[in-house]
Amino acid sequence: MESTHMILATVWFLLWGVLWAVYFILDGFDLGVGTLMPFLAKNEQEKRMMYNTTGPFWDGNEVWLISAGGVTFAAFPLAYAQMFSGLYTALMLLLFALILRGVSFELRSKVDSPGWKKIWDTCQFLGSFLPALLLGVAFANIFQGLPLDETGLNQANLFQLLNPYGLAGGVLFVAMFVSHGALWLAIRATGDVRERGINVATKLWPVLVVLTVLFLAYSAVATQLFGNYLKTPLLFVILFIPVGGLVLMRVYMGAAKWWLAWGASCAYIGGTALFGVIGLFPAIIPSNPNPANSLTIMNSASSPLTLKIMLGVAVVFVPIVILYQIWAYKTFAHPVEEEDMLY
Amino acid sequence: MLSRLQFAAATAFHFIFVPLTLGISVLIACMETAFVRTGKEVYRTMAKFWGKLFLVNFALGVVTGITLEFQFGTNWAGYSAYVGDIFGSLLAIEATAAFFLESTFIGVWHFGWNRLSPKAHMIAAWCVAGASNLSAVWIIIANGFMQNPRGFVLRNGRAELANFFDVITNPFAWQQFMHTILGALAVAAFFVMGISAWHLYRKSETDFFGKSFRLGATLGIIVSLLLLFQGHIHGNHVAEVQPAKLAAMESHWETQTNAPMYLLQIPGESDNVLEALPVPGLLSLLAYNDPGAEVKGLNDFPENERPPVVITFLAFRGMVGIGTVMILLAAFAWLKRNSIENYPWFLKILPFAIPLPYLAMQFGWAVAEVGRQPWIVYGLMRTSQAVSRVTPGQVGFSFIVMCAIYTLLGIAGIWLMIRIAKQGPVEGH
Ligand code: HDD
Ligand code: HEM
Ligand code: HEM
Repeated sequence: MESTHMILATVWFLLWGVLWAVYFILDGFDLGVGTLMPFLAKNEQEKRMMYNTTGPFWDGNEVWLISAGGVTFAAFPLAYAQMFSGLYTALMLLLFALILRGVSFELRSKVDSPGWKKIWDTCQFLGSFLPALLLGVAFANIFQGLPLDETGLNQANLFQLLNPYGLAGGVLFVAMFVSHGALWLAIRATGDVRERGINVATKLWPVLVVLTVLFLAYSAVATQLFGNYLKTPLLFVILFIPVGGLVLMRVYMGAAKWWLAWGASCAYIGGTALFGVIGLFPAIIPSNPNPANSLTIMNSASSPLTLKIMLGVAVVFVPIVILYQIWAYKTFAHPVEEEDMLY
Repeated sequence: MLSRLQFAAATAFHFIFVPLTLGISVLIACMETAFVRTGKEVYRTMAKFWGKLFLVNFALGVVTGITLEFQFGTNWAGYSAYVGDIFGSLLAIEATAAFFLESTFIGVWHFGWNRLSPKAHMIAAWCVAGASNLSAVWIIIANGFMQNPRGFVLRNGRAELANFFDVITNPFAWQQFMHTILGALAVAAFFVMGISAWHLYRKSETDFFGKSFRLGATLGIIVSLLLLFQGHIHGNHVAEVQPAKLAAMESHWETQTNAPMYLLQIPGESDNVLEALPVPGLLSLLAYNDPGAEVKGLNDFPENERPPVVITFLAFRGMVGIGTVMILLAAFAWLKRNSIENYPWFLKILPFAIPLPYLAMQFGWAVAEVGRQPWIVYGLMRTSQAVSRVTPGQVGFSFIVMCAIYTLLGIAGIWLMIRIAKQGPVEGH
């Protein structure tokens, strides 16, 4: 593969990692809030409060998932084809869960009947908890490697994915998202819901530390993720992002600076994702047990022209997207008040 | 096969909601503009009322779209690997350029009634409308590539991008786009007319719904007529680019000049079962704007390159038939728009006309997609080469779950929309 193509493919690999990281950061908090719903909201008023903390944002956040999927398709079509047909059942479950969650926002508030609301509350919870879990399981399995042979992917069924390392990834993701969501409640909720959110975030913090350390240790045993880091020890700097995020999160929580604590949580989640993605390089989907069959950025990338055009599009549009999303977040950053209760 | 069924069901379901989103988002933006211009509260109430229906519809469109984006990978692995270079980039551009804009501003729009000035709110509405229609541009360019591939080279065993400009200026895709957008506006027009008629018949909120009705009727007559003309041009394109599809649309078997169109015709998979009352030269005229032109018949295509004839034929006739009925209804509604309450029988039938343009849209896609078979990318890749290696058990299971969820959601959504529609414009959330 000649060198410009290689550089383009590497750039896209990094962007691919960043897209997933941003997705986890953004959808992480609304999935977390949804997962906490049945535990933190004691009455109808409090439920509505929780829905409305994430209401203006969830769709915009989910588009990061669509872009991450779209970019996988566009930049690494072969990896897209293998990844999504190989993880078929898990992915379908993820999508069904997101579907139910998405409509629950819009349909719940439109009919005044406890039974109707109950249905959508259940959808909201399952549709938030399952994606958090499944994303963790799927990514842990990718870190570990999927059973690729010469012709492509051997079907990995759902139960094969639920191996101990995969489950460890799932648990870590759920914990990360829940704490992220709890911090969001500290920012946008008011009253009891806010107090309970703060309580959850505080109590969950030591658990997160333990889970993170365990997961990293387990990764050293179960995956090749550390290979790149050992080859280029300078890369270990990347570990500072999630670790630093985790520490700062506690510091700011202690100082009751919720925006900063939430920001630190963003760094923690994004950093964890980046750490894994950089460990994968140059593979996108490593093959386990036979590394020779891995899908790498070299054998799965699109043509140089496509990568170039996409890069142009990304350079123009992504900054614009970021600007107007920041504007939207600023517009609705204030704590939820009665007049904002639209769901 | 199951894979194909699942994909078709998912797209068709997505496309139940998409047209209304495309069309009514534009109408709502117009209402808000009218409010900003005139300051009349009724326009704001209109935007809010139709906006509430729009939001429910929008949610269903979004969630069904998300499945589609990933189904190319899950169900069409061979296809994705083969044309991902081109097709994937178009989808990715759709997401970055359109979906972000749309989803961010729908949040702003929904929650911004009290937080933004009317002007800023109007801009948010235009962002949503513009972005929806922009997303349609990209997805249809992607589909247009499958219908009429250009701007690519075959290299490394796959189709690679050679000329991006050629891909995005595909004339076939732009015909499809125009046709689909006009169809979407027609859906919105009949939706607004139908619901307004229901209320006018009951004499509730006559001022509000009278205004809405006139808006719907005006838009309805314009786009119904445009659809006919533009659809005809679109058909000319099909005749040129995909002659086998054209032959299947008309169930036309013998190559001949001066080809007739039969007023009474029962199609079959190897020849017409029945044909009667020919109008000489009409088919040649419609396809090539020349009654003497030669139209190639299905017998001159190898059997393994013929699309399913009966479905294509019926879907095409269905679409054009509905299109004609729509013109008649819209014409009457528009002519009598200022005295429509004097025609209660007409007000009574209009709500039942709401499904018509929806049906025509589905028929239209069936023509375009089924008529393209056996190719998934016309002339390049066969559908049978495109499917994933997923096991029937897996697909079967997820297919059943999908149908169950979609059916329930569809029922809940439509029930809810009918409820909101009947309630009329009440203040509140
Ligand atoms: C961007 C691409 C694209 C778009 C916008 C659509 N389709 Fe499609 N459709 C395909 C891409 C595609 C496809 C991937 O090319 C399929 C799958 C198998 C095939 O032959 O074409 C297909 C097949 C397919 C089939 C089955 C044909 C067969 O297997 O015999 C139906 C009934 C539809 N589509 C219907 C629709 C509807 C109702 C659409 C409205 C939104 C639609 N398609 C939009
Ligand atoms: C088969 C290919 C298609 C795919 C993969 C696809 C994908 C998607 C996705 C992922 C979304 C959700 C975006 C969000 O979260 O905001 C979406 C929504 C949307 N799509 Fe599609 N789509 C397809 C076909 C179409 C067609 C043919 C049109 C229009 C002509 C269309 C127009 C729209 C619009 C307007 C929305 C906005 C949400 C709504 O429908 O209410 N899509 N689509
Ligand atoms: C009145 C006369 C009409 C004519 C002559 C006409 C013509 C056509 C033709 C030739 C196609 C096939 C394009 C292809 O194979 O790719 C088509 C597709 C389609 N039609 Fe129509 N049409 C008419 C009315 C309508 C109406 C009333 C609607 C909906 C409200 C509609 C919606 C569609 C859609 C959604 C498609 C598929 C997308 C596309 O290929 O553009 N059509 N039409």
